Amino acid sequence: MNTAVMNPSIGIERSPGLWSLAWKRLIADKIAVISLAIVILFLSLALASFVGLIAKGWNNEVGVNYAPPTWFKGSAPTEDLSKKQAVNPTGPSLDTGLAKPEFVNDRDPLRETVNELKQQLGQSAGANSVDEIKIVDPLADVIAELKKKLGRVGDEGEKETESTRLQTLAFGADKWGRSVFDKVVKGSETSITVGFAAAIVATLIGTFLGALAGYYGGKVDDALNWFYSIFNSIPYILLVLAIAAVLNKKGILTVVLILGLTGWASIFRVVRAEYIKHKARDYVRAANAIGASHSRRMFVHIFPNISHVVLVQLSLYVVIFIKSEVILSYLGFGVGVDTVSWGSMLNEAQNELILGYWWQLGAATLFMAILVTAFSLFTDALRDALDPKLK
Amino acid sequence: MTTPLLSVKNLRVTFRIDRKNTFEALKGVSFDVMPNETVALVGESGSGKSVTSLAILGLLPKENAKVDAGSRIDFDGKNLLSLSKSEIRELRGDKISMIFQEPMSSLNPVFTVGYQIKEVLKEHKNLTGDAAQKRAIALLKEVGIPSAEERIDYYPHQMSGGQQQRVMIAMAIACEPKLLIADEPTTALDVTIQKQILDLIAEIQKKHGMSVLFITHDLAVVGDIADRVVVMRSGDIKEQGTTKEVFANPKDDYTKALLSCRPVVDSRPKRLPVIEDFMAGRAEAMRLEQRSRGVKESDPIVLEVKGLAKDFYSRDGLFGKKTFHAAKDVSFKLRRGKTLGLVGESGSGKTTVGLTVMRLHDATHGEAWFDGKNIFAMSEKEFLPYKKRIQIVFQNPYASLNPRFTVGQILMEPMIIHNIGKDGADRSKMAFELLSKVGLPEMSFYKYPHEFSGGQRQRIAIARCLTMKPDILICDESVSALDVSVQAQVLNLLQDLQDEFGLSYIFISHDLAVVKYMSDEVMVMSNGEVVEHRDSDALYAAPQHDYTRKLLDSIPKGLHA
Repeated sequence: MNTAVMNPSIGIERSPGLWSLAWKRLIADKIAVISLAIVILFLSLALASFVGLIAKGWNNEVGVNYAPPTWFKGSAPTEDLSKKQAVNPTGPSLDTGLAKPEFVNDRDPLRETVNELKQQLGQSAGANSVDEIKIVDPLADVIAELKKKLGRVGDEGEKETESTRLQTLAFGADKWGRSVFDKVVKGSETSITVGFAAAIVATLIGTFLGALAGYYGGKVDDALNWFYSIFNSIPYILLVLAIAAVLNKKGILTVVLILGLTGWASIFRVVRAEYIKHKARDYVRAANAIGASHSRRMFVHIFPNISHVVLVQLSLYVVIFIKSEVILSYLGFGVGVDTVSWGSMLNEAQNELILGYWWQLGAATLFMAILVTAFSLFTDALRDALDPKLK
Repeated sequence: MTTPLLSVKNLRVTFRIDRKNTFEALKGVSFDVMPNETVALVGESGSGKSVTSLAILGLLPKENAKVDAGSRIDFDGKNLLSLSKSEIRELRGDKISMIFQEPMSSLNPVFTVGYQIKEVLKEHKNLTGDAAQKRAIALLKEVGIPSAEERIDYYPHQMSGGQQQRVMIAMAIACEPKLLIADEPTTALDVTIQKQILDLIAEIQKKHGMSVLFITHDLAVVGDIADRVVVMRSGDIKEQGTTKEVFANPKDDYTKALLSCRPVVDSRPKRLPVIEDFMAGRAEAMRLEQRSRGVKESDPIVLEVKGLAKDFYSRDGLFGKKTFHAAKDVSFKLRRGKTLGLVGESGSGKTTVGLTVMRLHDATHGEAWFDGKNIFAMSEKEFLPYKKRIQIVFQNPYASLNPRFTVGQILMEPMIIHNIGKDGADRSKMAFELLSKVGLPEMSFYKYPHEFSGGQRQRIAIARCLTMKPDILICDESVSALDVSVQAQVLNLLQDLQDEFGLSYIFISHDLAVVKYMSDEVMVMSNGEVVEHRDSDALYAAPQHDYTRKLLDSIPKGLHA
């Protein structure tokens, strides 16, 4: 209806619609603006990480294992270990999904002997070659082969990592020496993607079914309510397991589907209630009187009048699903090992905590808490701003 | 002369709308209420009458209402405006009490009426136990609740609207107040009940010797009970004087307009004079020009309804069904360019008939012949082309327009659905024409419904119907929610449109005077049945059925007979 341009004869002073009024109310609210800014910050963080601007090398081992946060250098339990591990060759990470072998005892008596011998021969220590080692170890060939098979490339890699690994990192490092900061940023990309995508899936399903149930009522309503009740009677984790088993693949898409397919119930009830309320309103009856079809009444007339409810519910969902993703990943139903999410970080942190390495847990929790709090506050402010006290 | 019980002097109240704007709701209002006197405060919406009553009770919202320092409200020797919160609370319910417009929402639904009356007694009179019980029963008896001993344990929903209002009155007089403020106490009630409540208030006032401040928008209502009348408009007092003076010889143009823009039963001017006509001084001439109504056998029939019946079902128990007969065997003929009035109290089935005729409800039985076809027997699809030819204007103009559509969208939607007009440009041109036809500025096209007043919204709703060029327009209480002066404007508009397009109206209303003014034929309904159906003049001149007579007797006459 591009009629605004049709009649230029009158001075057009458009009335502000609901959304622009709501926006005005929203930006008048300080808390809303601050929380919105934080949410936008997180979104841009996730976007930047998605296009590869930051946290691209989250999977590289840049620090020593369990490197403490920079401002936490003096931490007693790690000092000794990290020094030892500085010479520990771990090499580039494996993409095979195999657990990495851990070399706790990293002193190589063999190499020490070789270096000693070399020194005696007047050669410089450190130069490595299998031939030299052979002098003292007839099995060196076999070992080198085995090492190659394991994907470890000779000793060059060892040297490199020795020289570049950092003692401390801004947010510390994990078991493999990967930067916790990069992980948590990459993790926010995963969590935010999952949160928003699952919220949209659940909202679409719940709104559509809720609209049908509320608008038509009667048998349609009964059937959908029946479906919904049965759906809700199955224990949540069982349902998640079942869907995970059916999809049979770990990954972001799976988590989105699990959350979306199991989470539509609450918006279904809200939207259904709104449709029941609105379908009896005079404006809907008036739409019927002028001959508007059912789908027109449902989506052209009623939907704009309840869209604020849907939006608030969507916003609530994002918060809920970000938390759910964390829980799912923590339980091991979440994203696979090739990606990182806040939940998988918490899962890893579980074993680290006993050893006193709390920073992975701390970083993931801090980021999640900030985003979830900001988003919840924003949702509240949004609900207030949209509260349709139509004059 | 005695000193007044309540004396409002130069009351000014300003509301803060936002940071910059303020709105002066009362611009220096002064009036007195003597002991043992009924004063009526009359005005339309926005006149400031309710703000006045809230100011007296100290119930103005503290955060955005400001009472001018020079204002005084003296009650019984105390300035109410300078009392502390707790002192005012002492007075409220004890010396001053109030009854509200909506008894259904003023009573707490989870407590019995007896409990709620006893609560007042406990609060102010320290009556508890048996004494309170006795007093509560006595009060219920006094306000005319039959078998009060039993009803004291009823919950509000178990009583009818009239009885609920009686309970409210019982609560209000429980502490023998000196001043009773009645804020539109009869507006939500049927006309026959309204009369009973008015009589009750008058009777109690005399018996207890209290003063009553009666707030209403309807001047005609107060004629019977008020000693003095104060007419307000936009925060000013336009006129005050004894009821006799004001009714017989109104001085202010606005009062004159209020008195005569309400249709009366014994006169039918061609157009109703509205406030502008009085301001322009042409009202007298208009009153003389009469319109004749009535139908002749030769008038062509547009719609013939035979034996219409509508049942509603509700669940009763697990499998049972309860049937409610909302309309039983209703038959009528609607003639081109004529109006059929449908009168009755709430629950009489008049709205059901209207909605069923245009198939917003499915008829349980019956036929409706329109254009040679029985529209009740058609499928939804077959009916669509006929749908646009029968249109409806709903009662509540605040609810019947989609708040998310601009007026332009509202007007063009039916054209899109029914393929009227070539394209967007053509349709918006038609929409602009219709806006000017119903007397709205072109600017309205771009505005949202909430930016309009009730009367303007009703014009928009009428314009929406006109987009489809209907043959029949059903007006379901279309003017009932409007102020009397606005009501007159909308009635005039409907008249003009009927004259111009030859529309047939089914005019549904509980207001007999309005129906008389608009209708050629009148059908009186009670409990789903038609009790009387005749030419309007004949029916009003000599009602045949008892029920019709009772309805006609209940119309407020405006002045003591």
